[in-house]
Amino acid sequence: MEENKKEKTCKCKLFATCKCCKYLPFFIGFLVTLGFGWLIFPNLMLTDKEQPVWFSHKVHVEEQGEPCETCHYFNEDGSFSGIPNTESCATCHEGSSYVADRVESESGEEGYVMPVETKRALDAETEYMEKYVETGKEVPWLVYQYQPDNVFFSHKAHESITCNTCHIVDGATNDNPVLQENKLTGYSKNTMKMAECESCHAEKGQSNACYVCHK
Amino acid sequence: MAAVKDFKVKWGMIIDVDKCTGCGSCMIACQTENNIAPMSEDDASNKVRALSWMLVYELNNEKTYPEYEHAYLARPCMQCGVPACVPVCPVVATEKNEEGGIVSQIPPRCIGCRYCMAACPYHSRYFNWHDPIFPVGMDKTLSPNAALRPRGVVEKCSFCHTRYLKAKDRARQEGIDPMNFPQEYYQTACTQNCPSGAIVFGDLNNPEHSVYEMKKSPNAFRLLEKLGLDPQVYYYTEREWVRKLGDNYLKDEK
Ligand code: HEC
Ligand code: HEC
Ligand code: HEC
Ligand code: HEC
Ligand code: HEC
Repeated sequence: MEENKKEKTCKCKLFATCKCCKYLPFFIGFLVTLGFGWLIFPNLMLTDKEQPVWFSHKVHVEEQGEPCETCHYFNEDGSFSGIPNTESCATCHEGSSYVADRVESESGEEGYVMPVETKRALDAETEYMEKYVETGKEVPWLVYQYQPDNVFFSHKAHESITCNTCHIVDGATNDNPVLQENKLTGYSKNTMKMAECESCHAEKGQSNACYVCHK
Repeated sequence: MAAVKDFKVKWGMIIDVDKCTGCGSCMIACQTENNIAPMSEDDASNKVRALSWMLVYELNNEKTYPEYEHAYLARPCMQCGVPACVPVCPVVATEKNEEGGIVSQIPPRCIGCRYCMAACPYHSRYFNWHDPIFPVGMDKTLSPNAALRPRGVVEKCSFCHTRYLKAKDRARQEGIDPMNFPQEYYQTACTQNCPSGAIVFGDLNNPEHSVYEMKKSPNAFRLLEKLGLDPQVYYYTEREWVRKLGDNYLKDEK
């Protein structure tokens, strides 16, 4: 017993050479805990989720020249249409395989090597046609921005604000980012927080009464 | 006492006590619109624990036949101009600060202390003694207009407030001022479902809405007006004894 004690004091002497050094272990432990709490733990809480099919806004908006309103528009009562359903995508996609047709006409040329991007589009289109257009099923799209159901959000009121102020997807997005879902709450990491809504409202002189956003 | 806030738009209701048949449609409409669970795990007839944002009371003139008369009085939240419930809330879960004058209730902020219930002279506030449990199948018919409230928080009538927000969107879509749209754009569920048309709903400050003139009738009154809470719900009756009851006069009072 005695011996053990001696050994311990001995070790401590190493640190005791300078006065602040004896706080060093505490300090390191503190930093490690902070690092864990701030950098590692929040990511442990998130699971990554992929969109069910590769849908590219760039292909449809920039390359095909479709305006946003083809797919995201306001209904007569001012409510927002949200994400288009399979039926409305099918007005273009039913019976016509754009990418497959393009590949077929191009592959006739000699020495044709299918570009990686085209291969990817072909796979996505085939998968999309088989799984959804032909069966008429809805695509279970993931929305990066869904709010808890006690929040009321109106796209009509924010019509004058560009979409990517709040969204991480816009007309130039080619690859949909993964959705980082909080394991505990089930909400996406990109869901706008109340403080962000409120700070813009305050800036723009908008009301921040609770019943503006809550139901 | 807190100062009365002035609102450009002030939503209000006039309930015609003489037209009310006591059928209870307003109560049912309210419960479906606002996702109030049928309380199947407890005795649903337990008046202390049941939730009914809109409640119909039976009144009578305490006389015997042939003078006997009765009346039904439907009671939503009065959305008082000077609410008694707001200043007592320790966590600012209830406020009266939104244009339209509807007293807000934010259940996730509520800590369930129930001071507001004690303060409200109209018994318009209810405490969730249970988690909302819906019978299988019924959970698929829930309304998107109201979020479910868990056990342990207080809730109350909101004048079907989400309908107001949606009406403003409709007005914006049609290019109408969202602060001044026609009455029929925003009607509460109880108003729409009253078979005898006893409830009229609209903006008390807007001359184009029917409540504007109706509230000026000498037969219009408010409940417990003498408390000075300035409710936004009016009642209408041609019977004096009902009006007297409305202000809770003592029998020997003049
Ligand atoms: C206006 C017509 C039109 C509409 C509407 C339309 N598409 Fe397309 N889509 C196209 C065309 C054209 C291509 C081929 C582009 C190319 O040649 O690379 C395409 C390509 C695709 C592809 C393969 C490339 C990629 O982006 O992954 C998928 C998947 C796809 N569309 C899904 C959809 C879905 C889902 C909808 C509904 C939300 C939709 N499309 C609506 C015209 C349309
Ligand atoms: C061909 C139909 C189509 C067109 C045109 C289109 N979108 Fe989309 N949009 C979709 C589909 C399908 C989704 C859901 C999948 C996804 O998130 O990519 C979506 C999702 C979104 C989202 C929601 C992201 C989130 O939070 O989940 C935003 C924002 C968006 N689009 C913006 C735009 C803008 C801006 C334009 C015009 C420049 C546009 N979209 C044009 C089909 C379309
Ligand atoms: C002020 C912030 C903001 C702006 C600007 C905004 N959005 Fe959104 N968007 C949201 C929020 C918040 C949600 C989630 C709504 C919910 O949970 O009900 C959402 C949801 C969506 C969805 C999924 C909706 C659904 O109902 O399924 C789409 C699609 C979308 N937005 C597209 C757009 C487009 C296109 C624009 C530009 C015209 C745009 N948004 C502008 C905040 C915004
Ligand atoms: C970039 C700025 C900005 C952000 C971020 C923002 N808002 Fe707004 N919001 C506005 C402006 C500006 C208006 C007023 C529009 C008008 O009256 O025409 C408004 C109006 C509203 C309205 C309608 C108010 C009314 O009186 O009818 C609601 C509801 C709303 N915002 C909810 C939200 C929610 C919920 C969020 C967060 C998810 C949010 N807003 C984020 C700028 C913003
Ligand atoms: C500009 C819009 C806006 C206003 C005004 C607003 N909220 Fe929120 N509130 C939100 C959004 C969006 C969320 C969900 C996202 C989040 O949790 O931050 C939320 C979430 C909440 C939550 C859930 C707790 C949490 O942080 O997850 C509470 C409680 C709450 N709000 C209370 C209030 C109260 C009380 C008021 C009035 C003083 C109010 N809110 C005003 C937009 C708003």
